[in-house]
Amino acid sequence: MIGILSLHIILPMLGILALIFIPDKEKSLMKVVAIGFTLATFVVSVVMLAKFEIGPSDMQFVEYAEWIPQWGISYKIGVDGISLFLILITTLLTPLSLLSSWNSINEGHKGFLVSMLALEVGIIGVFLSMDLFLFYVFWEVMLIPMYFIIGIWGGEKRIYAAVKFIIYTMFGSLLMLVAIFWLYYLSSEQFGSPTTDLLMLYKLELPYNTQFWLFLAFTLSFAIKIPLFPFHTWLPDAHVEAPTAGSVILAGVLLKMGGYGLLRYCLPLFPEATVRLAPYLISLAVFGGIIYGALVAMVQPDMKKLIAYSSVSHMGFVVLGIFVLNQQGLQGAVIQMVNHGLSTGALFLLVGFIYERRHSRLISEYGGIAKIMPFYAATFLIVVLSSLGLPGLNGFVGEFLILVGSFKYSIFFTTFAATGVILAAVYLLWMYQRVMFGKVTNEKNSGLSDLSLREKWVIVPLIVLIVFIGIYPKPILDRIEPSVTNLLNVVQANSNGEKLKISPDVTPVSPERN
Amino acid sequence: MVNSTLNLVWLIPLFPLIGFLLNGIFGRRLGDKAVGIIGSGVMFFSFIVSGYLLLNYLGLHQTGAEFHTTLFNWISVADLQLSVSFQVDSLSLMMVVMITGVAFLIHVYSIGYMNGDEGFARFFAYMNLFSFMMLILVLSDNYILMFLGWEGVGLCSYLLIGFWYEDDENASAGKKAFIVNRIGDFGFLLGALLIFVTFGSFQYSEIFSQLEGYSVGNGTVTAITLLLFVGAIGKSAQLPLYVWLPDAMAGPTPVSALIHAATMVTAGVYMVARSSFLYVLAPASMTVIAVVGAATALFAASIALTQNDIKKVLAYSTISQLGYMFLALGVGAFSAGMFHLLTHAFFKGLMFLAAGSVMHALANEQDMRFMGGLRKKIPKTFITFLIGALAISGIPGLSGFFSKDELLWQVYSSPAGGIWLWLVGAVTAGLTAFYMFRLIFLTFYGEARWKPDTIAHESPNKMTLPLIILALLSVIGGYVGVPALLGGENRIHHYLEANLAKLPDDFTTHQSHLMEFTLMGISVLIAMAGIFLAYVFYVKRKELPDLLAAKFKRAYNLSFNKFYVDELYDYLFVQRLITISKWLWNIFDVRLVDGLVNGAGQLIMVSGRRLKKVQSGLVSGYALSLFLGSLMMIGYYFFR
Repeated sequence: MIGILSLHIILPMLGILALIFIPDKEKSLMKVVAIGFTLATFVVSVVMLAKFEIGPSDMQFVEYAEWIPQWGISYKIGVDGISLFLILITTLLTPLSLLSSWNSINEGHKGFLVSMLALEVGIIGVFLSMDLFLFYVFWEVMLIPMYFIIGIWGGEKRIYAAVKFIIYTMFGSLLMLVAIFWLYYLSSEQFGSPTTDLLMLYKLELPYNTQFWLFLAFTLSFAIKIPLFPFHTWLPDAHVEAPTAGSVILAGVLLKMGGYGLLRYCLPLFPEATVRLAPYLISLAVFGGIIYGALVAMVQPDMKKLIAYSSVSHMGFVVLGIFVLNQQGLQGAVIQMVNHGLSTGALFLLVGFIYERRHSRLISEYGGIAKIMPFYAATFLIVVLSSLGLPGLNGFVGEFLILVGSFKYSIFFTTFAATGVILAAVYLLWMYQRVMFGKVTNEKNSGLSDLSLREKWVIVPLIVLIVFIGIYPKPILDRIEPSVTNLLNVVQANSNGEKLKISPDVTPVSPERN
Repeated sequence: MVNSTLNLVWLIPLFPLIGFLLNGIFGRRLGDKAVGIIGSGVMFFSFIVSGYLLLNYLGLHQTGAEFHTTLFNWISVADLQLSVSFQVDSLSLMMVVMITGVAFLIHVYSIGYMNGDEGFARFFAYMNLFSFMMLILVLSDNYILMFLGWEGVGLCSYLLIGFWYEDDENASAGKKAFIVNRIGDFGFLLGALLIFVTFGSFQYSEIFSQLEGYSVGNGTVTAITLLLFVGAIGKSAQLPLYVWLPDAMAGPTPVSALIHAATMVTAGVYMVARSSFLYVLAPASMTVIAVVGAATALFAASIALTQNDIKKVLAYSTISQLGYMFLALGVGAFSAGMFHLLTHAFFKGLMFLAAGSVMHALANEQDMRFMGGLRKKIPKTFITFLIGALAISGIPGLSGFFSKDELLWQVYSSPAGGIWLWLVGAVTAGLTAFYMFRLIFLTFYGEARWKPDTIAHESPNKMTLPLIILALLSVIGGYVGVPALLGGENRIHHYLEANLAKLPDDFTTHQSHLMEFTLMGISVLIAMAGIFLAYVFYVKRKELPDLLAAKFKRAYNLSFNKFYVDELYDYLFVQRLITISKWLWNIFDVRLVDGLVNGAGQLIMVSGRRLKKVQSGLVSGYALSLFLGSLMMIGYYFFR
């Protein structure tokens, strides 16, 4: 019997299989099939959301199958409050981004759709894995379709961007692989037989020295993905060159794998190292992420680059929230990842819409668009406001929670982090003004059509969520809370230079396999 | 406390929200007439509910009663519990009645003023949204929901200033307003966070109930109050963050009347009064507020003296009057500050609308050098404008007299105030009377200097009726606060005081009636003198202003060019920020950080290319390296 979580992985795979058997010339059919399978996946994840129990902090819907038993490797997947909404946003953004690129992919349809579906499999796999080895497999699998998406369907400098993306990420993964082997070795030393079961690994007793190096290896890999300064320079290139759908998934979901990795692996596996190294990561997040990202975003002439650097700034908030290690900070970080996925995903979709019409991303090419495309301008404004953290829209909830958490940790860092709120208004409103306001000075813009029905179907669901989460984030926060509380208990219990103590109330998830 | 009638408070913001949604989503299909009726109708309903609640509240005869209504849980994480909940008390009720009433009149006026504008529906949608946000701001029972309204009104201000966005200057003014406000909001947010960390709550009543353990001068409370005041400086356009307000005049005139005179800009005053229990514990913060308020009042009035744009004069006047209100708050006269806020909403709202009517008459002319002689052409506008000007000048019998007199008297008699602050207030009062009547004389008296082909005409009833009602309020609005000295009961003071903090020592009783009377007389005389001087300058001897301007050229230029503050800020902050950011991007990010990344790649490529040569395929080469390698190994063992 296939469980609801496995369906998330299997459905897009079936979609790939179906696509392979569709003749190349049936382009519309291919698109419909791809969107159909991703929509089905979304429906499944909504069912999962409905069935998800509030209260227990354990992994839910856990599925287990033996894979390579002699090495202690298994197919074990589950979902908790931390991964729940990241999965949902993946399954939501994938069909939307496919729908948005209905007309924009001119050649190699099949390859593109297959890549997008494969990407979804990889990303969902990362969020679901409860086995370190399985996680690593998905983590690497995801790179290949992304490489193709940027490298084949990208812009002018696509090859450079794709190679940079893959080498950069592989470099990080390689060190993580070494760390994984080390953990594997330690597990066989401590438990008698080796295992990659994450819940078992949480029980490892690691001296600080070991934790330090392992933490660095994992964190480097995640920092590249987030991306955290100074490992961020692949992102602007990748974003600018990737096609719209690629950018949406890249910014909307892929970056979150880094934040998720920190929460799922670094914190509970290496709690002492986490606590001790937190100040350094917070400094990087605040100065290199929030402030630096915002300043650099401000002077970008290219809309996609601007959004890319704004992601560096917004994801800085996520890292800040994670490492202040308290309830508000961590819950804020999780919901900020969801919100950033929604608003940045929407921003890239919107830039994609106008790029399809004008084939330019340069801010200076535009001006006065609000007059010609009023609906477009209105949706763009709401997304911009969400991104700059206006209270009442989703962006505020995460940033506010992170700032509350961070204020408890350090007034110094919070003061600097809060300047990000001013700077976000500067770079976003400045861009909005130059694109939307003023007179139409560029002749090429005067005949542009407002959003089509298809495009409205893509953007409106995101707008609805942006408003809903801003006003009533409780359903989300309630589901995140138990898992975060649990995670904090684990870190706190094991952080003060003490040996790991395993007692029932601090075990993150019940160890029995069901 | 629970009260079934007062629990209807949620209806007050609900109406404008409905108006916003209807006009925002269906506006284009509804047609202008329906849009106008919906837009102002929702404000009318809102006003009726507000008035009803006020009557109910007054009928309770419980001074200082507070009612809380919780709608739903907003953001809750662990010890942080935030809900969307409202607080009904004397302070919030006064504000909602004022806001909904003035907003209703301005909405009606806008039907006439915005007639035929392409963005008619958009305008009313924004105005409704603004009213909603403003009501949330004053009704909230905690600092974060207040912050939602606080930023929300800022957003609407941004949208409405840049309403005619095709003109880049308007769009820039809107952006400037939002960003400068955000600098203030940064302070507000940090203040609120510090409150949470200190008191474990964002809710006013929970915070204030814990204050007993805090002594006067407490460091944390001082920090909190100063940070909150940074927010007020931004929102209420005080030194040094006032620069956005004059530019905000780029918006349609009803916007200036509603947002930039009567309501939004007073949010800072409201917030400080709302936090009065914190402020009385922080004398240092109070002093800062009083000094900033006094300085702003004088500074802005001195700029208003020389401006030629009718709306800019009113804008600087607003900044100056807001300074007055802060001066009152700073000396602990919270109710006097709120009283002036109320009367100012009437007469300044009135004067902006009347200025709009003048512009309407002269084909949108804003420059007073092209006005004059309008007295007979647009009599309703003239009379009402004159009443507003008399009120702000503090002529006895009008609303401004009572509030300003109360305010100045408190400034003088409070232990936190004194003769110097009073003097600044009195001088400002003189300047105010002067520039206001300069405006009146330049606009309505003398010869007509209109641009050719202008036919001045009175505005339609939709516009003049709100003027008349506001003029009426500008006259009688002050009678809620007639001081005991003049045989009154100062009702508004007693109404508000129960929900406001008091300075530890009650100072009003120490002073003699004679002194109060004298000061009142002096301030009236100063106002009269200001008006008389304006009369001499702009009616009797019109050559005088130019002569004086030539004689005191430097001072005149400073005032005329607004002390070059905008230019200074642009040079100091805006240009610097852009330069630094460009450097960070082009040099630091691209060359250094990314250069290192690409350099690492290059290094590998280059070393690969070098090493490639070793794999040459020549057997003799391999033999040579084999030989050398063996030699080295042997050598190693040999010399070990």
